[in-house]
Amino acid sequence: MSAAAEDVVTEAPAVEAVPKRAMTLGLGTSLVVLAALVLAPLFVKNFIIFQMTMLLIYGLAVLALNILTGGSGQFSLGQSAFYAVGAYTSAILMEHFGMNYALTLPIAGIICFGFGFVFGQPALRLSGVYLALATFALAVAMPQLLKLNFFEHWTGGVQGLVVTKPDAPFGLSMSQDMWLYYFTLVIAIGIYIASVNLLKSRSGRAFMAIRDNEIAASAMGVDVALYKTLAFGVSAGITGVAGGLGAIAVQFVAPDSYTITLAISLFLGMVVGGVGWLPGSIVGSAFIIFVPNMAEHISKGLSGAVFGVLLFLVIFLVPHGARQVAIVAQQMLGKLTKR
Amino acid sequence: MELFTNQVLAGIATGAIYACMALAVVMIFQAIDHLNFAQGEMAMFSTFISWQLMQWGIPYWWAFLITLIISFAGGILIERLLFKPLAKAPILTNVAGFIALFAIVNSVAGLIWDFTIKQYPTPFGSSPFLGSQLISTHQAGMIGVTVLLLIALYLFFQFTRIGLAMRAAASLPESARLVGINTSWMIALGWGMASAIGAIAGILIAPVVFLEPNMMGGVLIYGFAAAVLGGLSSPLGAVVGGFLVGVFENLAGTYIPGVGNELKLPIALALIITVLVVKPAGLLGRPIVKRV
Repeated sequence: MSAAAEDVVTEAPAVEAVPKRAMTLGLGTSLVVLAALVLAPLFVKNFIIFQMTMLLIYGLAVLALNILTGGSGQFSLGQSAFYAVGAYTSAILMEHFGMNYALTLPIAGIICFGFGFVFGQPALRLSGVYLALATFALAVAMPQLLKLNFFEHWTGGVQGLVVTKPDAPFGLSMSQDMWLYYFTLVIAIGIYIASVNLLKSRSGRAFMAIRDNEIAASAMGVDVALYKTLAFGVSAGITGVAGGLGAIAVQFVAPDSYTITLAISLFLGMVVGGVGWLPGSIVGSAFIIFVPNMAEHISKGLSGAVFGVLLFLVIFLVPHGARQVAIVAQQMLGKLTKR
Repeated sequence: MELFTNQVLAGIATGAIYACMALAVVMIFQAIDHLNFAQGEMAMFSTFISWQLMQWGIPYWWAFLITLIISFAGGILIERLLFKPLAKAPILTNVAGFIALFAIVNSVAGLIWDFTIKQYPTPFGSSPFLGSQLISTHQAGMIGVTVLLLIALYLFFQFTRIGLAMRAAASLPESARLVGINTSWMIALGWGMASAIGAIAGILIAPVVFLEPNMMGGVLIYGFAAAVLGGLSSPLGAVVGGFLVGVFENLAGTYIPGVGNELKLPIALALIITVLVVKPAGLLGRPIVKRV
């Protein structure tokens, strides 16, 4: 309305500062969670094992977003695009080149890293809402691009590609689902440990410095442009691996599996799990996998509304997501043990 | 040359849709500095309300007026109940809130009015406008209403006390509070106005895209593109941006080989990203200066 060029914008910080130590779980708790994840599939049916695999896969994707947003303070509503690129890379390598499924994952990761790094370049000049919008645009455009005639020979166009599910190797007598679950679990743990270490390292500190105050960070000698694009690259790379795993688990890739809905789900998973709290990723992933089903059970016609209401409840009651629940639980435990 | 003129005309006609939506997007951005991802759904809901009123036998213009009032009140209500408590929360939480609102509104509309496509009447008729096959009288009327709305908004913000107060609250909340402006209610008012403008946009768009709960999905994205292109801080920019996006989309579809219909959307999105990178403030927006 007015054309004054000297308006001063005071705004709430995009992402609250999360101290480095608050980003992970203690060793004891980690081991308990790990034991639960290792033992659980021995007692449940194949379909539930499949769901647990998806839980880990989405958990990885949420973790990737968490590094980007919770770590370096940049938004993304476009993670589904990186997920799609990872999924298609794996699927094409397996089906057209007959490559081993395990080998396709690092390639998917590297390609997505490059893609994210390149996309990070224009994103450098954007922040907050504008970045959310640009990444949103990427996510909306991706299914259209995958449907292009030009790529149809490779991508199968609208039909998508069918992927063969791998058998357990070395003559292990376990079902395909269970093998894939443990395979995913090993990768997820590896990536989780690597991410924790990344955030504890020099690069992680640089990410957080940028998140908390970009100008101060650059004054301290942090190469802001490099680390911001690097954060995009790492995040996209991990999402790409998750996408590849997802393609193998679902045995199918098609453009319409990777719409903006997926990107929004991943975003919600991060908010519910607690921004910047890496273990929360798995909680967020559980939210986006199970809550829509629950909502469907509560009311078929109103499942969207139930989902929305639950989301509002989370935002109002625990604005910091699962991290807040964990902290409260820890304090209560502390009080109990002292007494 | 005739092809070119025709495509430009057709582009302006679709651009009017985007311009309407972009205007609502800019209104809310002015008030709260956020993009409301649920804006399209709110507009859709308002349109359904007016449709329902007409089904009950209320004449078009009365239904129009009543819908505007309901939407205005609804916008304020949503702000007071859901988003006022989130005012100090990080942007992330707000975006999650918009998504939740989106899901709720879409699902409730689907439950009340179901997902079948409905015809929506137009007060302007749909015969060719001035003998041209490309612009119907409805589309011409739509352009007219958009321009009128823009003028009304300009007068409101430039020449009324409350418009001045809203501008003050948006640009410097603390100083505005010191001179006695109730900034919190100005935000609520912004929500109400954005919701009412959204309702107008929905009612104008519905005859073209037909009425159904998902009618706004595509339109909102173009609305965002238009608002960004014109500048998120300028209502005039939003309208100009809307027409430009419409024309650009049509010309790209006609003249760039291999674009066709499927690539229209990615083109619009590429436009968003290009503008954001080259000129983040948009064509007519004011640059944002941050104090450090």
